[in-house]
Amino acid sequence: MKLRQVTWFTLSLITVSSLLTACSSASSSSPPATSSSSSSTGSGTSGTASGSLKTGLKVFVIPKNLGNPYFTLADSVKSGGALAALNTLGETGSETSGTDATPASQLPAIQAAITKGANALIVSATDPTALCPTLTSAMNRGITVVTYDSDAPACRSLFINQASTSAIGTSEVDLIAQEIHNKGDIAIVSATASATNQNAWIGYMKTELKKFPNIHLVTTVYGNDDPTTATQVTQGLLQQYPNLAGIISPTTVGIAAAAAVLDTAKYRGKIALTGLGTPGALKKYVDDGTIGSFELWNPANLGYLAAYAAANLASKKVTNAAGQSFTAGKLGSFTIGSDGTILLGPPLVFTKSNIGNFNWGF
Amino acid sequence: MLSRALFNRALLNRTLRWETGLALVVIIVGIVGAASSPQFLTGNNFFNLGLSYGEIAIMTLPMTLIIISGEIDLSVASTLGMSSALLGVLWSDGWPMPAIFAMVAVAGLAAGAVNGLLVTRLGLPSLAVTIGTLALYRGIALILLGPKTISNFPPTYTDIAVNGFPGISNLTYSAAIFVVLAVVFGVVLHATPFGRSIFAMGASTEAALFAGIRVKRIKTILFMISGLISAMAGVLWTFRLSTAVQNNGTGLELSVVAIVLLAGVSIFGGKGSIAGVVLAVLAFAGIQNALLLTNFNQEATGVVTGGLLLVSVFVPNAASFARRLRELRLFRQQS
Repeated sequence: MKLRQVTWFTLSLITVSSLLTACSSASSSSPPATSSSSSSTGSGTSGTASGSLKTGLKVFVIPKNLGNPYFTLADSVKSGGALAALNTLGETGSETSGTDATPASQLPAIQAAITKGANALIVSATDPTALCPTLTSAMNRGITVVTYDSDAPACRSLFINQASTSAIGTSEVDLIAQEIHNKGDIAIVSATASATNQNAWIGYMKTELKKFPNIHLVTTVYGNDDPTTATQVTQGLLQQYPNLAGIISPTTVGIAAAAAVLDTAKYRGKIALTGLGTPGALKKYVDDGTIGSFELWNPANLGYLAAYAAANLASKKVTNAAGQSFTAGKLGSFTIGSDGTILLGPPLVFTKSNIGNFNWGF
Repeated sequence: MLSRALFNRALLNRTLRWETGLALVVIIVGIVGAASSPQFLTGNNFFNLGLSYGEIAIMTLPMTLIIISGEIDLSVASTLGMSSALLGVLWSDGWPMPAIFAMVAVAGLAAGAVNGLLVTRLGLPSLAVTIGTLALYRGIALILLGPKTISNFPPTYTDIAVNGFPGISNLTYSAAIFVVLAVVFGVVLHATPFGRSIFAMGASTEAALFAGIRVKRIKTILFMISGLISAMAGVLWTFRLSTAVQNNGTGLELSVVAIVLLAGVSIFGGKGSIAGVVLAVLAFAGIQNALLLTNFNQEATGVVTGGLLLVSVFVPNAASFARRLRELRLFRQQS
C-alpha cells in the first residue's frame, strides 16, 4: 500500500520535472518583434514627429483592475478611449489586467502580455515601485512602456498625466470665486490629512486665494474619503460657520457627501459647492442647483492620448526626451514635458449645460 | 481485521483514482493551453507561472497536513502579510537582512504556536480560532506598517522577480523551494510514523489517542510549521513585489484551501496526498495562466476556477450522493 502511494508520489514528481525540462529546452523564448530594431534610448531628436506610424503593433492596455468603470471608460472602444485610438491607428490593441487593484493581481497580466510578444504596454500602475522589476525587464527587451493615470516613474518611458496639480488647485478656487462673486468665507472638505495629492492641491488653492482678498479660507476638514465621515464633517462645518459662502471638496467622495448635505431648501443655492467629482454621482445636484460647477478630467481622452503616445514611441517617432511633440488624432498636438510626462490638459468643467453629455456610469 | 484491510484498499483506490483524474486534468490543460496559445508551453511562461503561484503553492503543503489532521488554518495569508510588514519595518529601521530573516521566522513560528495552542490546549475549533487570528495578524501588520509602503529593498533580493534559480533560469526561487518542500513533506507524510499519525488523528481523534499518538503536540507542531512556511512565503512575496504593505496577500488563504481541496484532500480529515496537491497546484495555476494567455474574458476567470472547484468537491462525493438517492427512493417505495 505504502509502495503504491510512493509510486504515485514519484510519478507526479516526474510529471513536474519533465514539464520543467520541456520548458527549459524550449526556453530562449523568441524576443518580441521590436527588439530586432534594437531598443530605443533617446538620442534626443527634437521637433515634431512626422510620417506614418507603424501599424499592427501589439499594444496591451493594462488598467489597475478590470470591471472598474473609470478604466472601462478610459480604455474601451465605445467611449473613444485607448482601444478606440489603437483601432484608428491600425494597431492590435487589447485590454488585460487582474480583478483586484493590487500589484499581485496586475503583475500576472503584465507578464502574460510580455510573453504574448507585446510591442507596447500602457499601464496604470497599482504601485509606484512593485511593478518595476517586470516593467524594467520589458523595456530591456525593447518593449515600449507608457503609464497613464498612475505613474511608476522609475520604469516607464512616458507618463500621461491627467491633470497638473497646480491646474486643479487654482481652477477650483476660480470656480468657487465665480459662484460666490469673489467674496465670503469658504472651507475645504478634504480626504485625509496625510493624502499627498490633496495637500498639494490645497497648497495651490491657498496660493490662488491670494488673488481674492475678500475670500477667506476659514478651515479645512477631513472626511477620510468615507461617505459617513464626510457627511458628519460637512454638517459640523455648517453649524460652526453659519456665514459660510462656499465649500471646495477636491475628492469625489467628499463632494458627493457635501452635496447630499447641502441638498435642502435651507442651503441650496446659498452655499456654493465645487471640487473634483464624477458626473454620474453629481448630475442630480447640478440639475437641482446644489452644485453650480465641478471638474474632473476626461478618462476617455486620457486613454486615447496614452494610445497615441505609445504608438509614437513604439514607432520611434519620439523618444522620452522633453520638447518633442506629436499629434494625437482628434486631441491635437502634445509636447513631452520634463521627466517624460505628457499633460492631458486643463481639467474638464461640468455645468448644467454640458453634464447631460457625459453618461459615464459613475 | 479483514474489513479494515478492505476499507483501506477502498480508500486507497479512491484516492488513486482522484490523482489519476487530476493528472489527466493537468495533461488536458497542457494540451489545450498549448493548442490555444503558442506561448503556453514555453520556459518563459513557466517562469511567470512560478512567479505568480509560487507562494500560494508553498503554503498548500503545510495546509495539506493540517487539513488531513482534521483541522484548518485560515490565518496563512495574514501571517504572510504580518511577516511582510515585519520585514519592511525592520529593514527601514536598518536591521541586517539575516537578523530580519531570523525575526520573521520567529514571528511565523509564534503565530503558528498561538493557533496551535488555542486549538489543542483550549479545545477551540480551528476554523473559529484561525478566522480570529486571520483578523488579528492582519491587524498587527497594519499596526506595524500603518499606511506606509516600504520598497527600498536591495536588488540582490528583489531580483527574484526577474531572475530564476541559478542553473535553471526558468525556475523561480519560489518554485524551486516548492519542489524541495514537496519532496520533504511528501516523505514525511507518506513514509514516516509522524505522517501516519497525522492520517490516524484525522480519521479518528479518539482512536489516535488510544493508539498512544500525541495528538495535541503533533497538531501544535503542524500549526507552527504552517506559520513558519507562511512567514517564508511572506518574505518571497515582499521581495518579488519589492513592496512591503499591510495588505500584502489579502485573501490568499482561499486559493490555498481551494487547491488543497481540489487535490482530493478531505475537508473532514484523514484523506489526501502530497502528490495530489502537486498536481492540483499545476492544474490550478495552469488553468488560470492559460485563461490569461488566450484572450479569454478575464472577468469570467473566477467563474471557471470556482466551477472547477465545485466539480472537484462534487465528483468524489457523487458515489455516496447516488447511494443516498437510491436509499431515499427505496425508503419511499417501502412506505
